[in-house]
Amino acid sequence: MALTTADVARLADLARIELSAEELERFAPELDIVLAAVASVSEVAGSDVTPMSHALALTNVFRDDVVRPSLTPAQALAMAPAVEDDRFRAPRILTEEG
Amino acid sequence: MAAAILTATASDLGARIAARELTAVEVTRAFLDQIGRVDGAVHAFLHVDAEGALAQARGVDERLDAGEALGPLAGVPLALKDLFCQEGVPTTAASRMLEGWRPPYSATVTQRLLDAGVVILGKTNLDEFAMGSSTETSAFGPTYNPWDLARIPGGSGGGSAAALASFEAPLAVGTDTGGSIRQPGAVTGTVGVKPTYGGTSRFGVIAMASSLDQPGPCARTVLDAALLHAIIAGHDPQDSTSIDAPVPPVVEAARSGDVAGMRIGVVTELGGEGYDPGVLRRFTEGVAHLRAAGAEIVDVSCPHFRYALGAYYLIMPSEVSSNLARYDAIRYGRRVGDDGTRSTEEVMRLTRGDAFGDEVKRRIIIGTYALSSGYYDAYYGSAQKVRTLIARDFEAAFAQVDVLVSPSTPTTAFKIGERTDDLLAMYASDLCTIPANMAGVPAGSFPCGLSPEDGLPVGLQVMAPPLADDRVYRVGAALERALAAPDGGVLSDRLAPRWTPDAPKEA
Repeated sequence: MALTTADVARLADLARIELSAEELERFAPELDIVLAAVASVSEVAGSDVTPMSHALALTNVFRDDVVRPSLTPAQALAMAPAVEDDRFRAPRILTEEG
Repeated sequence: MAAAILTATASDLGARIAARELTAVEVTRAFLDQIGRVDGAVHAFLHVDAEGALAQARGVDERLDAGEALGPLAGVPLALKDLFCQEGVPTTAASRMLEGWRPPYSATVTQRLLDAGVVILGKTNLDEFAMGSSTETSAFGPTYNPWDLARIPGGSGGGSAAALASFEAPLAVGTDTGGSIRQPGAVTGTVGVKPTYGGTSRFGVIAMASSLDQPGPCARTVLDAALLHAIIAGHDPQDSTSIDAPVPPVVEAARSGDVAGMRIGVVTELGGEGYDPGVLRRFTEGVAHLRAAGAEIVDVSCPHFRYALGAYYLIMPSEVSSNLARYDAIRYGRRVGDDGTRSTEEVMRLTRGDAFGDEVKRRIIIGTYALSSGYYDAYYGSAQKVRTLIARDFEAAFAQVDVLVSPSTPTTAFKIGERTDDLLAMYASDLCTIPANMAGVPAGSFPCGLSPEDGLPVGLQVMAPPLADDRVYRVGAALERALAAPDGGVLSDRLAPRWTPDAPKEA
């Protein structure tokens, strides 16, 4: 199971992380070593073992449906990278084709 | 006078402030001065909030002067890991992604500290987004171990631990996902406790791996850690995983330290090959002290612990890849390359490529892989099953014994740079601490002397059943008592001659 630079490029693409060619070359063997080291995990547990996602067996923790104080628009926008007309200004969302 | 404040325990400072022998402002100034004197060498802090700390201290003094009764740590300063939101105070997670960000609200833990009159001196360094075991992945440079500045202070909470060991603060708060409180505690000769999962609120704590992350106390003595634990713990409706139950009697347990008749299990899988002989020697002596204090010692096997590290390095990155998806360059944090022509997705990719460091990128990519279609069952699904097996090991063990003990770390503090090119060696730093996170049980690291090999601190880990956090403190207090200097001093007091201005130079 050798992880190639192409594999890493695809995963970085899924994760929306721009990687340089140098990073791809460096990460592929590093990540391959880590994945090889953790692969034994798949051989430990049989199909009869229930997977555990969480330390606490909690389900459906609800709060009362009452209005509580929250951030004002000014507070929410104060640390935004860009603001316009009291709103977050996002970069272009439609492509040429879109 | 200044040195007497700096080296005092938090409980002693709190008592003297409450008795009005000292003012909170005077104590706060002493620690701010100490930070100014030594932090150039230690680099425990990313931000020192002198103005805010003094304002909090003045507020405490006014309330005490007016006759108000405050808690036992009112007026005592604290170093806050820079993963906790504090309203209006820069909070970075040691990442360029959040450089300059000031949260619009405070974490529940932060708010509880402020409400208790604890004075927050500033924000401490950590591995970027708490991902690391050495504080070397911080985007703002490493923290240096006060025992030996060429060595790491542990991680991710190296800043909080180093602040304690260099007497920059008597209290600190950390978070522990795979050992980030306990491993820095071990390698700096300080106390660090990870509460039962759900025992402390995660609301307002920057998330790394949500099913594992847990805030907890750091201090130089067991009692100080317990007093801090009692302040920050307890049910929080704003965290849906918070436990709605009374806080275990941790302070009483820390004061008692009585282990007579307790059954203590030594985990056979956490020791032997790969462990420093000096670590094992001090650990064995620590266990002998507990036996001498009246505990019954037995060996206990937890056969699945050996798979914990592997399972952790699948579950944790999977949660990381999901949690860190929020850094999308839209609502807060860094934005790179928004020149009006690039799309949102391009800007997002450029920003995340630019602002995340190597370790963060690696973990997001591993997590993306482990969760991807075709690999999910083999990786994430299998790791979750191993998690069940680890929890069963704990259950079986706690049917036989009251607590489990092990070394906190396989080795003492390693040299800065020594493991940055060897990821598996770096990850192995958390070999002993990870099982407790996987099962959600409480665990703490307590100073256990200096290794005869290199003269560096060794930690002894205590693990207890869920909600029995008090047992962790009881055993820690027994060990502290057995190892105390003739004057009652703890291990980190040996650093006072080096780091405090007026202390005698001979310990």
